[in-house]
Amino acid sequence: MSNFLNIVQPLLGGVLIGCASWLLLSSIGRIAGISGILSGLFFSKPSERAWRIAFLIGLIVGGYATASWFTAPVMPSRAVSLLLVAGLLVGFGTVWGSGCTSGHGVCGLGRRSVRSLVATLTFMTTGFLTVFLVNSSHLFFN
Amino acid sequence: MKQFYKTILYSALSGILFSVGLVISGMTNPTKVLAFLNLAGLKQGISWTAQSGFWDPSLALVMGGALLVSAISFLRASVAGHKPWFTEQFEWPTKKQIDLQLISGAALFGVGWGLAGYCPGPALASTLVGGLDMLIFLAAMLLGMFVAKLVIHRL
Repeated sequence: MSNFLNIVQPLLGGVLIGCASWLLLSSIGRIAGISGILSGLFFSKPSERAWRIAFLIGLIVGGYATASWFTAPVMPSRAVSLLLVAGLLVGFGTVWGSGCTSGHGVCGLGRRSVRSLVATLTFMTTGFLTVFLVNSSHLFFN
Repeated sequence: MKQFYKTILYSALSGILFSVGLVISGMTNPTKVLAFLNLAGLKQGISWTAQSGFWDPSLALVMGGALLVSAISFLRASVAGHKPWFTEQFEWPTKKQIDLQLISGAALFGVGWGLAGYCPGPALASTLVGGLDMLIFLAAMLLGMFVAKLVIHRL
């Protein structure tokens, strides 16, 4: 039973994420790529900012409410230096490469963009490699 | 003006729905994301609860579920004559080439993702529940975005 729920939850959550991207596209014609929505606040016209801020407030408040009602994420404790380097890479990389897991992975693949396919395969590959290297690093440095 | 409030309301609703999906799917747990990226864990086997050392396929199901819906909605939106409810047109991405910028950006993003297990969506959805660690990550992410935007703006 618990295994069943463990499989249904990611699937259901994914469908809801898909519905969110459908809602944003159908209502205001925008692509629900989180990095693009956030970084679009920089160097943009004021008229470009209102919907972005509304979406982000929804995301932050909704995340808080759902975590309180459903399940709070378990945050493993990590070194500040790791968080800083990871944050810089995620921020710079998603803007430089025009998208993240949602923009390229969900929306881009959804509209069958070859650019997004290449980007998704690339960040998946470097993600796999990074975890592999981090997990095997204790073999070398212990 | 009424139209303006509708765009605000529906953007906020979409953001809420997005965050509910992220939390329910478990993707705000960096441990689950990192367990998906741990392909070597396949040697030990599959675990749907991110058991240490195992491979957790959850993220693939999240993307699959999301893609199923988004593929249908993009197909419908691309039909000639279709337009959004509250705006004049769909804003499609304009870039078409596969260049070094796309690949290097995605590659750097993947490294950061693999280091901490956060991508922008789950990180933002955890702003108020992730404690100081989350705020440190978010501040660094915003700085990284700003620098990239600045460089692109100046080019």
